[in-house]
Amino acid sequence: MFSTFRTSGVPARLQALPFALVFLLFFIVPLALVVLVSFWDYNDYAILPHFTFRSYTETFEGCYDQLPNLCTILKTYVSTVKFCFIVWLLTLVIGFTVAYFVAFHIRSTTMQMTLFLICTIPFWTSNVIRMISWIPLLGRNGLLNTTLQSMGITHAPVEWFLYSEFSVILAFVHLFTFFMVVPIFNSMMRIDRNLLEAAYDAGATGWQTLWNVVVPLAKPGIVIGSIFVITIVMGDFITVGVMGGEQIASAGKIIETRLNALQFPPAAANAVILLGCTLLIIAALTRIVDMRKEL
Amino acid sequence: MTKNEKRGISRRKLLKSATALAGVAAGSGAITGFPAVWSQEPKVLRYLGTAVNQSDDITKKVKEDTGITIEYISATTDDVTKRVITQPNSFDVLDTEYFSLKKLVPSGNILGLDAKKIKEFDNITPVFTKGELPNGKKIGDQGTAPKKVMFLEGANSTTFAKEVTEWVTLIPTVYNADTLGIRPDLIKRPIDSWAELLNPEFKGKAAILNIPSIGIMDAAMVIEAMGKYKYPDKGNMTRQEIDLTMGVMTEAKKSGQFRAFWKDFNESVNLMASGETVIQSMWSPAVTAVRTKGIPCVFQPLKEGYRSWASGFCMSKGVTGKKQEWAYEFVNWFLSGWAGAYLNRQGYYSAVLSTAKANMEPYEWAYWMEGKPAEKDIHAPDGSLLEKAGAVRDGGSYDDRMGSVACWNSIMDENDYMVRKWNEFIAA
Repeated sequence: MFSTFRTSGVPARLQALPFALVFLLFFIVPLALVVLVSFWDYNDYAILPHFTFRSYTETFEGCYDQLPNLCTILKTYVSTVKFCFIVWLLTLVIGFTVAYFVAFHIRSTTMQMTLFLICTIPFWTSNVIRMISWIPLLGRNGLLNTTLQSMGITHAPVEWFLYSEFSVILAFVHLFTFFMVVPIFNSMMRIDRNLLEAAYDAGATGWQTLWNVVVPLAKPGIVIGSIFVITIVMGDFITVGVMGGEQIASAGKIIETRLNALQFPPAAANAVILLGCTLLIIAALTRIVDMRKEL
Repeated sequence: MTKNEKRGISRRKLLKSATALAGVAAGSGAITGFPAVWSQEPKVLRYLGTAVNQSDDITKKVKEDTGITIEYISATTDDVTKRVITQPNSFDVLDTEYFSLKKLVPSGNILGLDAKKIKEFDNITPVFTKGELPNGKKIGDQGTAPKKVMFLEGANSTTFAKEVTEWVTLIPTVYNADTLGIRPDLIKRPIDSWAELLNPEFKGKAAILNIPSIGIMDAAMVIEAMGKYKYPDKGNMTRQEIDLTMGVMTEAKKSGQFRAFWKDFNESVNLMASGETVIQSMWSPAVTAVRTKGIPCVFQPLKEGYRSWASGFCMSKGVTGKKQEWAYEFVNWFLSGWAGAYLNRQGYYSAVLSTAKANMEPYEWAYWMEGKPAEKDIHAPDGSLLEKAGAVRDGGSYDDRMGSVACWNSIMDENDYMVRKWNEFIAA
């Protein structure tokens, strides 16, 4: 399909030039600098431009000796990837269900758009406010705990509602499900309704139609949504900080601590490692679905 | 230089450039009704610092008294340091903490001030110059005590001087003694030691701050109080000492001692006000903030003493000529009393006590500085009620509080190692 539009020679290259320049200036160059700095030495107050692996070796220090116990960096990544997987799964299931409901169960386009817009309401306030608003609800003397106690369900405040992995995951799901809904809804709207009718006529059950028709055709949306969620959760340190009570490690947090201590090379090294891990996950995802073919 | 000469120069400049003209117009407009001597020239200083010393009241008063317009650039302590290192030309006057100097001075990005041009220099409290109280009592000097980093060998020197010189790294403005904050209504018994922070009685109800260089000092106070180890210098640990300190903290963390860690002022206030924690590292104004919500909270004096901090003024290396004179004028104004009284009324301490005293009511001075019961209601600078008549300040008088300082905020020689260990502690 693309080949029919493909032109060759100078005009095409000229058309691509502005974007190529932006890409080079704001993506390739900064990224190259980060990689470069990660191989430099440093002291308390300056970056020293000598090539060294120091930032990397210190980041992974003791990782081999401590086996089978995990060192800081591995522990952090295990924890980050765990959050990533759980949040991905939950947002996918919830996001898919919401998108499916709006795309297939709502008949009128006006209603669809209204419901879709309702989904965006939480985004009218900032991320941090949406996060913080959970705290009075989940706290030791929060709404949830007082309600449970007054109903006699629990006798002491439940501690793990707040500043725990639970609260971190809850906040992530709350914040990022919409990033799943949008692309999945978008792919679903493109599905030819005749295909569903054909499946019905051929005697497929609802479940079979869902699994064999809707899911394969919504794949691009699922992958795009997954990329959004995974990249955000991998790099996040604010949600983990606020909802985890600053007690849970995340890859982003390590970078932040290093930056605050003016240790730019190790911060850069950690950023490179984080980028590598995220790219690996994305690569695995795009292996499952050939995005270009699907689009 | 006489005032008339200043006027001449500014006129010449005025003829030279249209931009100056626009500036002058703006400047003179803003200060209508004041003597024309300095209304000819907009005096502007870009002031980089944490929010501690920054307030509208101060800028208004500076403008009124000296004609200097202060443009605040406020950032966290870490970001202030980052900015000095990476963008030294983005500010004129720097307000920062003494412990940052170990990073800032070797970078060569700041200019020390000339003590001879500071009118009140000889009246600065000896806490800074000699490490003792005005009454001669020596105070703790572990960590980056100001007297260790107060003087430079020359104006552009990048090393600290061992003895008193004319060149001062930071002209002190404000300092305080930090301790643990507690909720007396939830603890219901007296607390008198740092060791209580790790007392299993408060399991899941304790917190410390997640700023490694300060958090580890609080941890060290706790470990000494528990009798586990006596540090030669809590503010400059060896690798073994860092391992030991973080080991004890990690063990406590794993057994669920901490409810949360906090990073900024508001987080600490919320943790305490909501009852999530009952004992934690805290800053004095945060305790006040909890109390103004009507929730009992005490900045608890402890028998092992306080962890202290201090901040002051210097200039960016890019500041020359006129700007330098304004900077000196501003620093001199700051030490002349009004600002000192303003800071004292927030529970901080001012660097020049005599001028601050002259600007405070006797009953205020008695409450804040002498540890006496308040004769009248005590109000914050913004007018809100802080304490009713009869209340006594936590920790008592200036001499009692500053006299019990055990250590100062610091940056260790092993800072890099410490930060790595701190990350390990968070990941545990």
